[in-house]
Amino acid sequence: MFAADSGCWFTQKVLCWRAAASVAWSVLLLPASTAAFVVLSKLSVLHPVQMFADCVSVLLSAGSVFSFVLLAGVIIMVGFLTFEYYTVIPSIACSKVALLGQLLHPRQLLYCLAHGVMGVVVGWSCAVTIGYRYERLAYLCPQKDRDGLLHMCLNEHHLLLLLEGGFVGLSHSLLGVIQNLNYVSFGTVQQHKYLCFKASLPLAAKCSAAQAFYSVRNFVLLYFFLGHIPRAWMCKSLSLHLDSSAHPLDSISGLLDLSLLYLLWISATYLLFSWYMTLLLFRIFVTEAYSFPVQSTFTEEAPQCLPKVLSEKQPMILKFLALQDLSLLSQHSPSRRSQVFSLSQPGGHPHNWNAISKECLSLLADLTQRLVSYHETVATNGRTKSLSSGSDRKTSSESSGTEDLASCRPTFLMKTPASVFLRSVGAGPQSPLTSPFTPDLDSPFASPTLRQLTSPVDPGSPWHGVVQSPHVMRRAPKLWSTSTDSQRNGSPPASPATLPTPKPESSKPSFLAQFFQNRREQLPEASSQALFADGQAHIWALDGLSYLVQASFTEDQFGVVQTTLPSILSSMLLLQEAVDRHFKLPHASSKPVRSTISLGDSSHKTLRFALRATLKTAIYRITTTFGAHLHAVQLSAEHRKRLQHFLEYKE
Amino acid sequence: MCSLTLFPPPLPDGQTTLCESNNELLSGNNTQNASPMSLHFPRESLKLHSRTESSSKAAFLDHSETLWMRSAAAWRDGGLTGLLNEITDSNSEVPKWLSVGSGCILALLRWMSSFHGSLFPHLTLSSEDMIAEFSQVLNWSDCVVRAFAWHPHTDKFAVALLDESIKIYNPKSTTTPTLKHRLQRNVAAMQWKPLCASALAVACQNCVLVWHVDPCSLSARPSSSCAQVLSHPGHAPVTSIAWSPSGALLLSASPMDTSMMVWDVAAESCVPLQRVGGGGVTFLSWSPDGSHVLASTPSALFRVWETRMWTCERWPCLKGRCQSGCWSPDGSRLLFAVEGETVIYALTFAGAPDISTSSLKGPQAAAVVADLSETTFHTEDGDLIVGGEIQSLAWDPRGERLAVLLKGDPQATNRPAIIAVFKTRTSPIFELLPCGFVQGEPGVEPRMMQFHPNFQHGALLTVCWSSGRITHVPFYFLTSAVPLVGLSGSPSLLHPLERPADFASQSLFTELLS
Repeated sequence: MFAADSGCWFTQKVLCWRAAASVAWSVLLLPASTAAFVVLSKLSVLHPVQMFADCVSVLLSAGSVFSFVLLAGVIIMVGFLTFEYYTVIPSIACSKVALLGQLLHPRQLLYCLAHGVMGVVVGWSCAVTIGYRYERLAYLCPQKDRDGLLHMCLNEHHLLLLLEGGFVGLSHSLLGVIQNLNYVSFGTVQQHKYLCFKASLPLAAKCSAAQAFYSVRNFVLLYFFLGHIPRAWMCKSLSLHLDSSAHPLDSISGLLDLSLLYLLWISATYLLFSWYMTLLLFRIFVTEAYSFPVQSTFTEEAPQCLPKVLSEKQPMILKFLALQDLSLLSQHSPSRRSQVFSLSQPGGHPHNWNAISKECLSLLADLTQRLVSYHETVATNGRTKSLSSGSDRKTSSESSGTEDLASCRPTFLMKTPASVFLRSVGAGPQSPLTSPFTPDLDSPFASPTLRQLTSPVDPGSPWHGVVQSPHVMRRAPKLWSTSTDSQRNGSPPASPATLPTPKPESSKPSFLAQFFQNRREQLPEASSQALFADGQAHIWALDGLSYLVQASFTEDQFGVVQTTLPSILSSMLLLQEAVDRHFKLPHASSKPVRSTISLGDSSHKTLRFALRATLKTAIYRITTTFGAHLHAVQLSAEHRKRLQHFLEYKE
Repeated sequence: MCSLTLFPPPLPDGQTTLCESNNELLSGNNTQNASPMSLHFPRESLKLHSRTESSSKAAFLDHSETLWMRSAAAWRDGGLTGLLNEITDSNSEVPKWLSVGSGCILALLRWMSSFHGSLFPHLTLSSEDMIAEFSQVLNWSDCVVRAFAWHPHTDKFAVALLDESIKIYNPKSTTTPTLKHRLQRNVAAMQWKPLCASALAVACQNCVLVWHVDPCSLSARPSSSCAQVLSHPGHAPVTSIAWSPSGALLLSASPMDTSMMVWDVAAESCVPLQRVGGGGVTFLSWSPDGSHVLASTPSALFRVWETRMWTCERWPCLKGRCQSGCWSPDGSRLLFAVEGETVIYALTFAGAPDISTSSLKGPQAAAVVADLSETTFHTEDGDLIVGGEIQSLAWDPRGERLAVLLKGDPQATNRPAIIAVFKTRTSPIFELLPCGFVQGEPGVEPRMMQFHPNFQHGALLTVCWSSGRITHVPFYFLTSAVPLVGLSGSPSLLHPLERPADFASQSLFTELLS
């Protein structure tokens, strides 16, 4: 149900195969990384020959074959989860509360749990591979108890590796939310897959080593303080004994064992590296350019043609790939451009161009609309609405309900995880907790979390059921990558009436409300990032349109582009105006901090700058191509003035 | 096939080349004809830094800092080697095993880098020497004007001077903004972003700076917040940069780095394109149609990248590295010069590869199109030797004039650096005809040159001289080809050019001959 029938062919025929190929490659590459891990774990400078013999014997043993099969299963699972959770539009949390909401979403919790379990499995494999004192969970106690019986004792070293695997897996999945690891971005330049992979391999190794270091540090600290809990639990549930002669590991002397720490670090690195590789391969395979036919002679292939695919909403990656293909064909392929400019036979209508330009223009108009309404809603001091201004905001949100909604559109994306609160709070005994949120609910910038939160406050209210339904919808499998359009079109929140009813009798903000208010206002740049979250689509649309218009100067034999030139120019100029206004806002033009080593893609943070640059270049591309001929194009006086600036290179 | 013998003899002393008109180069007495357009930067007028930052550092460093602080500073400034040096130097304060150990590691590192350096000798050069070695500017370290860049669409240009400042001249405005930045040191190249009014990329010693100079602003000193800093570890010094003609991407190259960087300037992110062979990238040139990029390396090898999938062709040279290269306006032909040889080679490429054919269909071997070996002209002031190795090549945007900057010999007085200009035709067949020499004031040699990207009446060659003067030499001619769409605005009518019949006999190279 996540994909309309029309987009289904793509998921079945292309996406699944790409995902499967990426998983297959990561499984094929697993022996190499496993061998490296074995060598590193047996590392001994003084006895190289023995080390070599050890490694070979470990690699050829039956146990390692079994653990390898297990690891392959883990990789397949990781690949599957990546495929399920990836998104081409990053979910940007506008506030800390929203981020918390993302982390606590049941879907996310499931993801974390799966990673934790897989981490334990990898930890077990590591322990078995390392051998020595790590190999078994239990061993015969050296001393007999009072009755003279031999008991099985718990091997804490083994337990430590298992727990570490679980911890690293969990922290990997949680950090993934914060760093947007599941966001798949499209590269600046097209490269062959092998070269892409080769280039990103050192980064993956570096990231996994660094990340493993921090994870192990945190884990060791955690184990130092809380290590006795899992140990006691293990002993109790498996009826094992603690070896009194062995030194407990949750002590300073126990943990300050260099070889232990080294092995912990190596196995965490191995775990993260194999997962990062899977992720990288998935990104590389899924973002590979796909060439859609511009037109087809067979009617059954019509849904797979570019003009049709462009207008589709689902799955989002299909739209992105189609736009990417449009931008590539407009730059590099004269033969496919000629198909775009061609007329239909019979009839003589430029259907291809009309469909493509209409879709691109509607994308641009959509962004313009979003920016304009964002600008309108931002108060004069450049900050999001504060508590006091809530009431007057309400009227305008009612009057321009749809616009208002459009302005929050990107934030709708992250409603998905946020709606956990709906459940946890609504069901739990802390329902009063929601009341502090009510005061600024009517602010359009109330984070969706809060909107969702407050909705079920009064189960008797008519909105109760309504708000539930998108939630139900949201549980459909594909919702991380989903476009909000479907929600907007298909679900009740689309209508302005479903905006949560403001509570005029807003209670005095409590301490908790103040606390949350503070947490909410801490990410000023995020709302600007969220506005441009799907900026890549607009960048391609601008590129595609401007290159096609440029090519039409010499290649368009029937003048099909000329008819749309005024609307293309005016929508670009309108967008330019809106973008210029947006960048005058505080925080909008502040550059994000360079991220430290991380595999998380931070390109979404700079999308707005890229969009601004692309927009200017696109307008310049048209003005330099057409030059003085543009004076003959029908435009409003204001746009003409603006265009004159471009013609004189003064923008 | 010595091409220079067919050239008209160089001008006598005291005469400078003014322009080309009616198919001949006109000269004049330089004292009367100082063109109002020309700029002059006398060396004395520049406030030069007397000492570099690294030399002044020792004088100011507070040595009473703790070892820990000094180590941290050394790590920040000099990386691992700096840290090891610091530890080894302060052997009285650290345990003996630590200083000995770091000394050993340092020696090992040095040994490895010297081994690496013996494979690629250029790695042992200092940053400044390296820029001077690989720059397109003749004798770069001694130049007053270190880089020059015309704006691709308007009549403004940027000049980088020896005092690490950049000035922007615009005939339509009275202000000349001066750009200064802390990181703007040893500017090796500059280029304006195409399809943009304001962005100027500057290749500096440690990074690439992208200035955004608002053309409407009246400020004479744009703040350094107008500049974006693009840097990548290990990618310094940057000796060459190239914007894609569509203005979307910026390439940068460093002889120290085997990968060339493709920058998304707005996002300040880069994609390294690594090919190990050659040991670095020294010079980049993007073809005007955007389909290919020439990337030369410090070894006898250059690459031609295809820009759709970013695959490359390797072109090993026989003698030396590729010193310079230029593309024909349609991007189908590449002319290049090799260090140690006195000839110009040409490579012909098939048109822009279609999206369906991803492979690059290239030529099999390069053809020699011009031989610029030494030729002696007997003038009234004595014999003058012209010819030799080539410093840089420039082809005008219409593909009708090719300027070649010849190195000359700084020791010999009768063998100066000189610019030889060829007339070229690219369609229907490639032809090369002699045009003449461009000379300046006596005792002044050309250092760099660039053609104006959209001169209406033919071609305009801007030459920067060793005296700090910048002059413009127009070549007036009617174009025989349709002007490039996108460069000259609207297409004008075809102007059939009547070529004098005697040129056919003088032709240096045509494709029919080869």
